[in-house]
Amino acid sequence: MLLIYCPYCEVERAETEFRCGGEAHIARPADPSKASDEDWTEFLYMRSNVKGIAAERWRHIHGCGRFFNAVRDTVSDNFLKVYKAGEPKPDLEAIAKEAGK
Amino acid sequence: MKRYSFLELAKNAFSAHQNWGRQWRAPEPKAEYDVVIVGAGGHGLATAYYLAKEHGIRNVAVIEKGWLGGGNTGRNTTIVRSNYLWEESAALYNHAIGLWQNLSQELNYNVMYSARGVLMLAHTVHDVQSAQRHIHANRLAGVQNEWLTPEQAKEYCPPLNISRNIRYPVMGGALQRVGGTARHDAVAWGYARGADALGVDIIQNCAVTGIRRDQSGAVEGVETAKGFIKAKKIGVVTAGHTSVVMEMAGVRLPLESFPLQALVSEPVKPAFPCVVMSNTIHAYISQSDKGELVIGAGTDQFVSYSQAGGIHITNHTIDAICELFPHFRRMRMLRNWGGIVDTTPDRSPILSKTPVPGLYVNCGWGTGGFKATPGSGHVFAHTIAKDEPHPINAPFTIDRFRTGRLIDEAAAAAVAH
Repeated sequence: MLLIYCPYCEVERAETEFRCGGEAHIARPADPSKASDEDWTEFLYMRSNVKGIAAERWRHIHGCGRFFNAVRDTVSDNFLKVYKAGEPKPDLEAIAKEAGK
Repeated sequence: MKRYSFLELAKNAFSAHQNWGRQWRAPEPKAEYDVVIVGAGGHGLATAYYLAKEHGIRNVAVIEKGWLGGGNTGRNTTIVRSNYLWEESAALYNHAIGLWQNLSQELNYNVMYSARGVLMLAHTVHDVQSAQRHIHANRLAGVQNEWLTPEQAKEYCPPLNISRNIRYPVMGGALQRVGGTARHDAVAWGYARGADALGVDIIQNCAVTGIRRDQSGAVEGVETAKGFIKAKKIGVVTAGHTSVVMEMAGVRLPLESFPLQALVSEPVKPAFPCVVMSNTIHAYISQSDKGELVIGAGTDQFVSYSQAGGIHITNHTIDAICELFPHFRRMRMLRNWGGIVDTTPDRSPILSKTPVPGLYVNCGWGTGGFKATPGSGHVFAHTIAKDEPHPINAPFTIDRFRTGRLIDEAAAAAVAH
């Protein structure tokens, strides 16, 4: 079981308090009526499914209930960075380099 | 290929079974193949076998990063069934059931397919209604499935606890008698031996590191640890690593890879006659011919390639099993492990051409690919050989996520399965 740090509650808690929300920073088409079928497919279904360093959404459902983002290594499952929703996507390559990946 | 028979067994007994010989060659890759299959699991080997046998395409290589059958083929809970809700799925999985029934004879290799019955329990009114809907849909589609009352379920599976005072009492179950188990390793080995005898090169310990495309965008071949191998067509059958391999050709897929866990107990005498599944409380259990209880647990909730899952996931399953089968409470578990499963949003597989000419993909089997192995290989070989899908896998395209014609087994089961 993972230990996850909630950036709002500022505590580390067991994974069972959290729900993973999948890949982070997937933006909904800005003008839905102009979006093509391909745009919707990409938004709704296509995922990077990264083997390595990836940004993903988590929600502290049995705590504050808020969404935040995390950078995690999907091979070791180690969390490398946690940041609040709305903050820009961090430089994953830099984080990977720092972690020695 | 030396045919296995009772006579061979008797003859080899005289030399203490020391001279059976290798079941398949270990060839060096040729410079060029008509078809390269990436991934020597059950599905990939079956694809190569049917390409050679049914379509006469024998200049085929199966390239494998590790050893054949060492991925999810060697990590699943070996359950075979076809009682899926939608007609498209039922047709695909039932196609496999048809092949399972003669597979040992076809391959001259005992895959130990045992139609001991798969019993799917219902614990709530919703479960009962959902199971009835499945049964009616299956019967209309010509797929065997029947309803058992709790007493009938107990008669079919005596260890089952049908008392009313457990947390999720058994309200009945759907039984597919033609479902059961098969020996997972033997399936991979049987297909490998069969394909090898037809001229297919199985190249193990050779990772594919790139997919080379020509100016028109069509595939040229694969870069591997043993150098470049030219190929007219490439079939990717790499389960949990499909996104990684397909990215080499610039193709994005609607997949997420999760660790799925399984575990086995210490071996005991025959104590469990069938396969029991409960979606509601998440328990899958059967007994192998070796005597171990084989238990399937759930997936982790996040993308991971770690081949290990959270211990709370296994605990959850063990809790459910101990309540349904109280006499297993003192059993000790011997091993547990994880496999990386590639899941699609609708929980149905993708057996499809891709936007890249000459590149084909067989993926998205999620938590239940083993049961489909023969059927999957059979229709995927057709897709590669003819450059168009077999009628059975025609609905299982990548394009269904654009057109919206999903085959939504996820909603049908209401759980990860």
